Amino acid sequence: MNPTSARETVVRLIGEIAPEADLTSVPGDADLRDAVDLDSLDFLTLVERLAETTGVDVPENDYDQVRSLDGLVQYLVQHAGSG
Amino acid sequence: MPSLGADMTEGTLLEWLVGPGDPVHRGQIIAVIDTVKSAVDIEAFEDGEVERLLVEPGTTVSVGTALAVVRADRAAPTAPAGTPGAAREPAAAGSPTTHPAVSPVVRHLAHDLHVDLDHLTGTGPGGGLTRHDVETAAAATAVGHPAAESTPPRTPPTRLRPAASGGRVQASPLARVRAEQLGVPLATVPGTGPGAAVTVGDVESAVARAAPAPPPAVEKPPAALAGPRRPAPAARTAEVRTDARREAMQAATGALMARSKREIPHYYLERSIDLAGALAWLSRHNEGRASTDRVLPAAVLLTATARSLLTVPELNGFYGDDGFTARAEVDLGVAVSLRGGGLVVANLCGAQAMSVDELMSRLKDVAVRARAGRLTSSEMSVPTVTVTNLGDQGADLVQGVIYPPQVALVGFGRVQERPWAVDGMLTVRPVVVATLAGDHRVTDGHRGSRFLTALDAALQTPEEL
Repeated sequence: MNPTSARETVVRLIGEIAPEADLTSVPGDADLRDAVDLDSLDFLTLVERLAETTGVDVPENDYDQVRSLDGLVQYLVQHAGSG
Repeated sequence: MPSLGADMTEGTLLEWLVGPGDPVHRGQIIAVIDTVKSAVDIEAFEDGEVERLLVEPGTTVSVGTALAVVRADRAAPTAPAGTPGAAREPAAAGSPTTHPAVSPVVRHLAHDLHVDLDHLTGTGPGGGLTRHDVETAAAATAVGHPAAESTPPRTPPTRLRPAASGGRVQASPLARVRAEQLGVPLATVPGTGPGAAVTVGDVESAVARAAPAPPPAVEKPPAALAGPRRPAPAARTAEVRTDARREAMQAATGALMARSKREIPHYYLERSIDLAGALAWLSRHNEGRASTDRVLPAAVLLTATARSLLTVPELNGFYGDDGFTARAEVDLGVAVSLRGGGLVVANLCGAQAMSVDELMSRLKDVAVRARAGRLTSSEMSVPTVTVTNLGDQGADLVQGVIYPPQVALVGFGRVQERPWAVDGMLTVRPVVVATLAGDHRVTDGHRGSRFLTALDAALQTPEEL
């Protein structure tokens, strides 16, 4: 997956979970739990929906790599197929 | 009118989903009522047949008022044609339909969203239609997707009443308030209630229809789990409605907490609990599992709480005019915070008997629906004890306020790395501060401490949960 479509996917999924969040004002390296107020259930929902949409099911051990927008994008680029 | 939360004194019947002559079974959704917190599906208490409806839609009655007469009856279910219920819900009366299983909730949702069930493909068990199917169809319709057709609001039921004199539009009191809030002239809203009266749903659908169509940005209808928070076509309406409801909710919570602080002599205890063992166990438990089957630490804390309450039964029950009554079942109230403020307590009935996995799946389910304002009556009934869990981004600890008529509130702060002494050595452990707010009329610090000790012990042996 290329960085542009990865970012689009990530932004769309977060928008569905926290529609009131303005992601354009969130720094790429900010922890989304603070930046857009995702609780642990929200974060799990995000991981579930990423798996559903991209086929990349982030294991718990990798959660620390996907706490920010940039982290999520990078993880998808590395792990999602070329589709 | 059942009590759906300790702070509820009255409710407004929005809609009947059954009519006289309809068979009902225990747990079936038979009506929708409105409380200050949300619209709630009311379940039947027992099997039988509806004999009479006692309360008209739109009427506000106090808790304890009888809503309908249900005759316990084991005769074959019949739904004579011509009853209001049969007229409103033709599918329920056995008319030909391609879907083997359409629950009343789904049918109700389809009605609200103006989705024609006959044109949908079911993805549920046996090809049955699910709430998700209906929401998907509604979303598709809203962006002009040809997969589903919208239908005009159902025709008024057969039981028409002459229009009220003086040109006054027939509408429920709640619909009037909502129409005023939303700036909709009632006369322009087609009514679908009894006697073509305008219901709250009608007002909201009218506004939703009038709202500008959303940009066609949705490539794929969102999946079920994020449903409650996705920007729906009616988002503008929902926001206006949500703001008013949040204010009412905060006022209701405030009134109850004021009563609690007036009447209940609170005592407070806290205990720091080492979660290293529990989190390591959970990590092994979740390893290799798909994200949909993973368990959150919160579910472990809640399961341990429910089990530990069995050791100090005086914390689990209700304080009434005759003093305290303990309950054998732990109906665990879980405070779910809503995006944008406000709190809904969802009731996990019988939590003491749930495994960690069961409790997790119940928790996910109710959290999603609590945030969507769609809990069922048993989930909104008064719990025997409440837990507030601040989550991993919250404060270190919470000294809670007991929800009357309960006598205890258990709180969990965030899990944080703390210096911890083990066998004379200093180490670092993930620690949570568990607190108990207890009612001094029933227990004291000594009994309360026993609960926190049991909770600590339970969390040291998570494999036994």
